[in-house]
Amino acid sequence: MLHQVHHNSMAGEAAVEAIDLVKDFGATRAVDGVSLSVPSGSIYGLLGPNGAGKTTMLRMLLGIIDPSSGTRRVLGRERPLDAAEEVGYLPEERGLYPAMHARDAIAFMGALRGLPLREARRRAEVLLKEHGLGDWARKPIRTLSKGMAQTVQLLGTIIHKPRLIVLDEPFSGLDAINQARLEERIRQEAQDGATVIFSTHVIAHAERLCERIAIVANGKVAFEGRVDDARARLRPIVRLRTRASEGAWRSAIPSDAREEGGYFVFELPASGPEPLLRALLDGGAGIEALAIERPGLHDAFVAIAGESAAAAMAEQEPGQ
Amino acid sequence: MRRLLRGAFVIARRDFSATVLSKTFLFFLLGPLFPLLFGGIFSGIGANVANQRDKPVVAVLATEPDFARLSTARDRLAEAIDEPRLIRLVRYAPEGDFVAQQKRLLATKDPPIQAVLTGVPSNPHLTGAVHPEGTTARQLQLLLADANVSPSQSPPVTVTETDTTSGSLSKDRAVTAQIGQTTMFFLTLLLSTMLLSQLVEEKSNKIIEVVAAAIPIESLFVGKLFAMLAASILGLLVWTAAGAAVIASLKQGGLATLPPPALGWPVFLTMSVIYFAMNYLLLGAVFLTIGAQASTVREVQTLSMPVTFAQVLIFGFAATTIGSPNSGAGLAAAIFPLSSPLAMVARAAQQPDLWPHVAAIGWQMLWVALILQLGAKLFRKTVLKSGPSTRWWRLRRA
Repeated sequence: MLHQVHHNSMAGEAAVEAIDLVKDFGATRAVDGVSLSVPSGSIYGLLGPNGAGKTTMLRMLLGIIDPSSGTRRVLGRERPLDAAEEVGYLPEERGLYPAMHARDAIAFMGALRGLPLREARRRAEVLLKEHGLGDWARKPIRTLSKGMAQTVQLLGTIIHKPRLIVLDEPFSGLDAINQARLEERIRQEAQDGATVIFSTHVIAHAERLCERIAIVANGKVAFEGRVDDARARLRPIVRLRTRASEGAWRSAIPSDAREEGGYFVFELPASGPEPLLRALLDGGAGIEALAIERPGLHDAFVAIAGESAAAAMAEQEPGQ
Repeated sequence: MRRLLRGAFVIARRDFSATVLSKTFLFFLLGPLFPLLFGGIFSGIGANVANQRDKPVVAVLATEPDFARLSTARDRLAEAIDEPRLIRLVRYAPEGDFVAQQKRLLATKDPPIQAVLTGVPSNPHLTGAVHPEGTTARQLQLLLADANVSPSQSPPVTVTETDTTSGSLSKDRAVTAQIGQTTMFFLTLLLSTMLLSQLVEEKSNKIIEVVAAAIPIESLFVGKLFAMLAASILGLLVWTAAGAAVIASLKQGGLATLPPPALGWPVFLTMSVIYFAMNYLLLGAVFLTIGAQASTVREVQTLSMPVTFAQVLIFGFAATTIGSPNSGAGLAAAIFPLSSPLAMVARAAQQPDLWPHVAAIGWQMLWVALILQLGAKLFRKTVLKSGPSTRWWRLRRA
């Protein structure tokens, strides 16, 4: 059993920092003054619709491309490639040599990150067995299913036990079972001390996994911080149904409350729930149903990135 | 540097294994056989056609004893020069109507008669489509002179053999230079298209992102170049061994009978391998850089023809070294990086000095490094679209 344990985790320090990163492709500005800080050991999500600039940001952070301006620091190194042996990267567009055996493909990725080939092959065998692909170790990649090939690439990303794992749209193309497995793997890696950054246009994954997120829209970071802080930007939503339709209690309902299916729906007033409840009870509203809902990340995303970005995200995530 | 070399080694190992362990590598090894085979077939056909076309048939109207002397003289001449180049003689017994016989013979198609010789041996006269100063008339002059002289009147030339003379040495070394240069040119020509398509696999399979995130792009270029160099040297060893075996079996004395180069065989062969490697690395670095810009096999195919023509031009330029390595053109070919290995291998066959080779190899290595660095920067700039926007002529600062 190969136990993936990551050493030298810098708790409390930033694993990745970007300051005012800009990337221009000709006349198009793909990334516009992005600054972010990813705490060591955290699971960090880059959230935004396709074309928002997430992949370009990740490619700059990894040193695949250089920024037009701005600075970045990865695992304490100014030049990202200096930290390459401690970084694992799963690109959005998956790539493997079709004629290579599954074991060798994983070992090749390990060797690229500094693992001796013999050790890389040994680890690849173990990882494949752990993920139920032991029988496929000596089979060419072209004979594997898409899901299997994606698993092989993921294993190649983590074979060298990286301190920083960067996954670009890791859930795209996976079925529900494999998505759940991948989520579990990400949690496991973080528990073992790795920092995980992943980009996604599926809010649910970010909501389930991330401690911190960056909401990206039009090449800019519209929000960067804890998921709870993003939600806290919105007030809780009250859904109320009463027997009485009129009375003194109506003064406690905000004027912008809307009616949906017999319910009043409105943001919880800044004074909190107690004054509202007291007004409803004392005023004889006759409460039939009352729910105070904490806003989800989707609501926070809509509020932060705007309706158009949220609509674009919704179009891109059918069935996920 | 350590990271660059380690990354290059990982890429080279993968590429070398993928190339050598594939079934298509067998075809690569058999590659040089095809031009040889076709060359042999077509030169055989060509020679046969030329023999049929060029060898004149002269009808000789003579008695049997007179024709026998002429025929013996022809046999003696055939021992000294190429037999196919000699005129063919066919005897016809003289008939009464001399003019009618001559006219009939000149119209004969089997064998096709070029001319009719009469008056042998004392008053020879030639009638037909021949020039008085042409080959046929001159050869007949020689044959008739020889036929009229008894062997005792013509004393044999005694011979004292020496190893070489200045004339033979210069000619032989030029031949060696030409063989060396041509072999190297054809081997590199075989590999150029393969190099053009080297990065297409990574780009089309999207592996380039994984590689570019793990190692410097320079490692990718160096690794690919050296993997192909290793594969081609493997091929070269196979081809050289096969070639030596063929020469040994066809020619008595084997390789030792080939014209000796100025630096001697061991140093010349070593230099040939080094210059082959340098020629390959220089052209390979250029072709890898050009090919890296291509995204599809179709684009690579489009690039193949201009690349081949460029190689032929370089070969033509380097060929100026043969016979005159110290001429202006010869020195220019030795200095121009892309023709330098071809020019220098010819020089190794013709000139005994060793120091120019040390300087040339250093010079060529410098250019390999420069081209690779430029290629990697160009790749990052145009394919990965990395770095601030700059004009291509400012790439060196990127």
